[in-house]
Amino acid sequence: MEPESPADVRVTELSKTFSVPEREAGLRAAVRSLFHRKMRAVRAVDAISFEIGRGEVVGFLGPNGAGKTTTLKMLSGLLYPTSGQARVLGFLPSRREKDFLRGITLVMGNRNQLQWDLPALDSFELNRAIYRVRRNDFVAMRDELIELLEIDDLVRKPVRNLSLGERMKVEIVGSLLHRPRVLFLDEPTIGLDVTMQKRIRSFIAEYNRRHAATVLLTSHYMADVVALCRRVIVIHHGRVLFDGDLAALSDRFAAYKTIDVALADGTRPLDSYGEVLQRDGDRVKLRVPKAEAAPIAARLLGELQVADLTIEEPPIEDVIELVFAQKAAE
Amino acid sequence: MADFYLTMMRTAIQSQLQYRAATYMYLVGMVAEPVIYLVVWTTIARSHGGQVAGITPGEFAAYYIVWTLVRNMNIVFTPYGWEWRIREGQLSAQLLRPLHPIHYDIADFAGGKVIWVLLYLPIAAGLTFIFKPTLDVTPLDVVVFFVAIWGAYLIRTMNLWLLGMVTFWTTRGGAIFQTYMMAELLLSGRLVPLQLMPDWVQEAASWLPFKWTFFFPIEALVGHLSVTSLLGGLGMQILWIAIGGCFVWLFWRASVKRYSAVGN
Repeated sequence: MEPESPADVRVTELSKTFSVPEREAGLRAAVRSLFHRKMRAVRAVDAISFEIGRGEVVGFLGPNGAGKTTTLKMLSGLLYPTSGQARVLGFLPSRREKDFLRGITLVMGNRNQLQWDLPALDSFELNRAIYRVRRNDFVAMRDELIELLEIDDLVRKPVRNLSLGERMKVEIVGSLLHRPRVLFLDEPTIGLDVTMQKRIRSFIAEYNRRHAATVLLTSHYMADVVALCRRVIVIHHGRVLFDGDLAALSDRFAAYKTIDVALADGTRPLDSYGEVLQRDGDRVKLRVPKAEAAPIAARLLGELQVADLTIEEPPIEDVIELVFAQKAAE
Repeated sequence: MADFYLTMMRTAIQSQLQYRAATYMYLVGMVAEPVIYLVVWTTIARSHGGQVAGITPGEFAAYYIVWTLVRNMNIVFTPYGWEWRIREGQLSAQLLRPLHPIHYDIADFAGGKVIWVLLYLPIAAGLTFIFKPTLDVTPLDVVVFFVAIWGAYLIRTMNLWLLGMVTFWTTRGGAIFQTYMMAELLLSGRLVPLQLMPDWVQEAASWLPFKWTFFFPIEALVGHLSVTSLLGGLGMQILWIAIGGCFVWLFWRASVKRYSAVGN
């Protein structure tokens, strides 16, 4: 193991190419494939580079098939990179050394890793033995996590009797009992209701605060990203499109704001102020260049009878959509 | 490591106890195979003047009643299960832990066997009452038998793990698995006591691991083996465990490199 770098996660020109069999549909093609198998190289991750410092919570965003999960699997040692290098806590993940595996966790939403037929407490005990956690540390951590997620009444039920959201909470506890320093969270709130999503988000934030854990989080729910991540990395077709502050993402890819105005007469033409996105009775939504939002708002207030006016940043979902659409067009 | 093994075995016992009826029915089903062999061979022995190749009906009964326990001890993670394990994400979960997955399998199945052994005892008592086995054992026979059934378990674990790793290279490993199972059936003493096989089969069996997973543990208890044979047999088991373990160690790293973490 090399001396530990300041960054908990360091990725340099990391790539992963899969060789995937490909054939046409139909019986003839199926028979032909017995003798001649056509393979296609799929570059799932294409020379990405980034660093994540201790205690950072970073959102890892991208559409389906962008390479997010592949990247997480390489960083957690499940996959060997095709080229490039990744270092996590100073270790090469592909070597899968025991100290490395004790320092990380990979939580995948809607996955069951606990003993199906037994209460979660029994699975926690097994994880204690696997990770060789000292008894006192284990009890303290287990009780802390149970309290944080408020699952005291769930841990004595067989896992198979828990709902999806309940199972996700006990899975998270099981994944953190060894107090990992780096958390790879792959869509941890997928399929959960709004209340449960909020609970998981608060928990991740609190865990990060208490233990200075480094978190790399993927999610299709922008609420997760907005609540937890100051920094995001956007990946598409295996390449990093953006790496920086969430606010800067909006500035760079969506240089506009929306002005929501309630007028006395909602039928007036407003094209001279900005692009009209929506009309709903007397309420009109305009899209205007970011830099001109304030002067246009002032003009609306000065020139029209305005009952109410709000200026909003574009929803992060729209910004992400724009990012992907731009790159698809390129 | 001892802590893990004890905890995992305890967990396996707890899981097994969730399905008591299913476990018992499974064991009762397991009895069908040896009872069929037993009935066939004792019938043949009685029609051939009371023995076949020097084995009496009582000795056949002893062989196959002990066979039932040895058969249960030999049950390990099937190579056919690797595809399921990969598809369900179980292997990914195991690879994320700081423990070689083989320890998980060894401890998990070992824990289950504690329940199976306990449930086997009344079944053995019933078979003994019906078939009246000839059994004359020494304390050393019992001790060696107890060690040998676990030795058999470990040999088979290594061998079937090696077979299962074929799944990393091809999705069509079924034919290879079947070939292995057929060889095991003929050369292990599972189908018939090896004394009844031709000399060249017995010679071949001595050079292969199969005999040490079935025939040797059974003969350790019922075969009146000499002390030299008993201890020599344990030595052969240790050798085959070591050979299997070396191959597992050699091929595991290459297998994991090919792993594409598909599935859940």
